[in-house]
Amino acid sequence: MGIQIGPAGSREADVSEWLADDPLVLGGQKFGSRLIMGTGGAPSLDVLGRALTAAGTELTTVAIRRVDPTSSGSVLDVVAERGIRLLPNTAGCFTAAEAVRTARLAAEALGTSWVKLEVIADEVTLLPDPVELLDAAEQLVSDGFTVLPYTNDDPVLARRLEQAGCAAVMPLGAPIGSGLGIRNPHNIELMVQAASVPVILDAGIGTASDAALAMELGCAAVLLATAVTRARDPELMAAAMRSAVIAGRLAYRAGRIPKRRYALASSPPVTG
Amino acid sequence: MEIVINGTPHQVAKNLSLDRAVSLVSQAPTGIAAAVNGEVVRRTSWPSIVLSAGDEVEVLTAVQGG
Repeated sequence: MGIQIGPAGSREADVSEWLADDPLVLGGQKFGSRLIMGTGGAPSLDVLGRALTAAGTELTTVAIRRVDPTSSGSVLDVVAERGIRLLPNTAGCFTAAEAVRTARLAAEALGTSWVKLEVIADEVTLLPDPVELLDAAEQLVSDGFTVLPYTNDDPVLARRLEQAGCAAVMPLGAPIGSGLGIRNPHNIELMVQAASVPVILDAGIGTASDAALAMELGCAAVLLATAVTRARDPELMAAAMRSAVIAGRLAYRAGRIPKRRYALASSPPVTG
Repeated sequence: MEIVINGTPHQVAKNLSLDRAVSLVSQAPTGIAAAVNGEVVRRTSWPSIVLSAGDEVEVLTAVQGG
């Protein structure tokens, strides 16, 4: 279902027309959707499934944990039913060694060499530990993994991660789950300008305008979970995020007008 | 002998293989991975790995997250 625009009688344009030749290219794979919706935080697998569908996401994150013999239903079934590609993460790892081991376990369990690399510094901020992150990224790249690192909004660290061979850099807009939006848009812009791999805004998104801003800044995609899964209506918020990412991408490609200090009339001056 | 699976002690027969140990906590045909004493073991090798007393086995799968 596309978004119909234009008044009746005019050329019937569908947004998909402008998106068809503009896929997200990540790790050598093409994706039609630039919204990567994670699976964390959903109140049930049913709600999660409906939100994933509404988001139109083609890539989704999962965490790796001990099996729970008492649990019924698997997030893997919800994802597989929708033909969505899996991106395991290393959430909960504090050291490079733990993250590398978790990535290897994920590869073994899920048959993918892609990993969202997370190495956090502490439980309070959940901020990435840059030293451990870079170390883990280097090890996993040399092991043949497609490494997508969750990183600070630091353009210098992003450059180091790219030099290490990461397939993307994924800066936070604000701490995980905070919903504070993009606290340092200038740094995100700097990263976009300098990077030759996709920059994916990961973490901090609170609502649709945050996702649109990320795309307007030139990010290649947005990764979010909490903003959808903990919204009052997750399915509706997923649809909002889908539209916001598309709107932001089109605005970025269209080129925003420069900001001016004074007015510029948009109607011709009155004459005669 | 006693081994530890996912943090819980289990009394098991001597020379238990890894695939048998894994089956004590999961019968999933796919989507799980195992490590013994921190070393990841490929699924195809599970039947040939013989466990020793005190071994720590981790059996993991994908859950909601991220």
